[in-house]
Amino acid sequence: MARRILPGLPLTLGITLVYVAIIVVLPLGALIFKAASLGPEDYWRIVSSERAIASYRITILCALAATLFNLVFGLALAWVIVRYRFPGRRFIDALVDLPFALPTAVAGIALTTLFASNGWFGAPLAAIGIKVAYTPLGIIIAMAFTSLPFIVRTVQPVLEELDPALEEAGQTLGASDLEIFLRVILPQLAPALLAGLSLSFARSLGEFGAIIFIAGNEPFETEITALLAFIRLEEYDYPASAAIASVMLLAAFTMLAVTNLLQTRALRYTVKG
Amino acid sequence: MKIRLDTVVKTFDTFRAVHGVSLDIESGELVALLGPSGSGKTTILRMVAGLEFPDGGAIYFGDENATDIEVRHRGVGFVFQHYALFPHMTVDENIAFGMKVSKTKRSAAEISDRVAHLLRLVQLEGLQDRFPAQISGGQRQRVALARALAVDPKVLLLDEPFGALDANVRRDLRRWLRKIHDELGITTLFVTHDQAEALDLADRVVILDKGKIVQTGTPEEVCRAPASVFVMNFLGDANRLKVTVSGEKAQIQDVTFDVAGIADGAAELYFRPADVTWREDGHGIQATIARVIDRPDSRRVLALTTDGHSIEFDAAPEFPFRADTRGFVDIRRPRVYPA
Repeated sequence: MARRILPGLPLTLGITLVYVAIIVVLPLGALIFKAASLGPEDYWRIVSSERAIASYRITILCALAATLFNLVFGLALAWVIVRYRFPGRRFIDALVDLPFALPTAVAGIALTTLFASNGWFGAPLAAIGIKVAYTPLGIIIAMAFTSLPFIVRTVQPVLEELDPALEEAGQTLGASDLEIFLRVILPQLAPALLAGLSLSFARSLGEFGAIIFIAGNEPFETEITALLAFIRLEEYDYPASAAIASVMLLAAFTMLAVTNLLQTRALRYTVKG
Repeated sequence: MKIRLDTVVKTFDTFRAVHGVSLDIESGELVALLGPSGSGKTTILRMVAGLEFPDGGAIYFGDENATDIEVRHRGVGFVFQHYALFPHMTVDENIAFGMKVSKTKRSAAEISDRVAHLLRLVQLEGLQDRFPAQISGGQRQRVALARALAVDPKVLLLDEPFGALDANVRRDLRRWLRKIHDELGITTLFVTHDQAEALDLADRVVILDKGKIVQTGTPEEVCRAPASVFVMNFLGDANRLKVTVSGEKAQIQDVTFDVAGIADGAAELYFRPADVTWREDGHGIQATIARVIDRPDSRRVLALTTDGHSIEFDAAPEFPFRADTRGFVDIRRPRVYPA
């Protein structure tokens, strides 16, 4: 066996494997084991019930909407923080992490208060006929709030490393600002954006605390999948809860795998050959 | 395209990078901006490109005042110091970029014809599908040049074009760039801090110090008649002896030098290491050899004159003497500057 320069491989690898097994694999295994205790027919009946399907649709559509919203605003926010120097820049930079630090239930209560039909934002919006709290729009806002940092924090370092000479090269070759953004900057941000998007989407799929306060939780209307699993849990119907959760697990896993593939493709130019 | 700079000034915050530089570059000329770091040479190049705007003065392209024309409309080809190739595009796509975003629409076939032509010109046929990370530094340099030439620039500007390359690659590319320039006849301005590169490549050398032009001339002119102590030192190794001038003559020991046009008083006499002959006896400045350093094509001799000046000179590889040998140095082509 080749001699290694860095010591400690057996120790660190051992700790890592044990840790991953206990903290990640074991609970997920238990979930699948629990779901598997149902027969195939029961399993299918639970995960394909009308109420469950409605909850998937709401969760996925809202998560998509929230992620697209964050794509635009997260990118703009990262751009402003990296490219411009203005008073309060560091404060805004610090503020971006707040959704990570804040208990999501607190965020949910705060958002509900703001967007309720008599709240600071909710009242004027209600006046023009837009209802936010207790509608899918409220779910989207809660999801967007809790997952914003993912996009900003994945794009920011890549944006900082971009060589300004690339943009100048684009200018000397006659490209407009828009062409430079679309053809030079965006393709280089794409892998980071993809990573941010998938994290943001996964987080939105799994978000619970912030949403249940603002969503109203009306079955078939504003009930998210995580809540449905929780309701089954409260009814002591553990296998049903696990079955619904296993669908979410599958969705999240598939999406992360697809993102990884796309990322590898987007980064193919960095491969030395 | 003829370029004219008229008393161009550029200040960054409190640092004045360029102090009233005026310069004429004839159509089809290859001109080097030569100077140490901080001499303002890159700033001048970037102002000609339109990547910086001057605070004062004007830049003309032909008869047109180009001072306020935006970089993307100025029609310059710019080769960046570290090439600035688009990392996510292949060699082909990099070269085609300028044509794709151009207002003059070209068909896909026209573009690929021109890319193929440019690939031949820069001798990179067969590498068109590689990404910049997959080719060598010298190859990247040539892709950058092809990309700049693709948009038919009126002027070609190169920022330290060979700075990041190995010595051998550098020399080959210099010869090659000269050949391309002679073929295309495009007005070219390049920046370098390497005097050998400037002298090797340029029709005319513009030497800069602290944001000002200190001398302009052909390589021969600046080498044979450096205008100042700065130019003398910057162009190559130089020995310095302190002398006193009286009646247009300078005296060192019993050797007299004619120094026409230098006022009486303290002065400095400079000479190149190659302009010295060592004699065992006879006439010259008395000196003792301190050390001999061997080089592939010569020997560099370090000597100390009897009045305490250390000098260095080059001798043939057969030079037989060792340290502590006494003798005389005979100086050719001395240049005297007022102290």
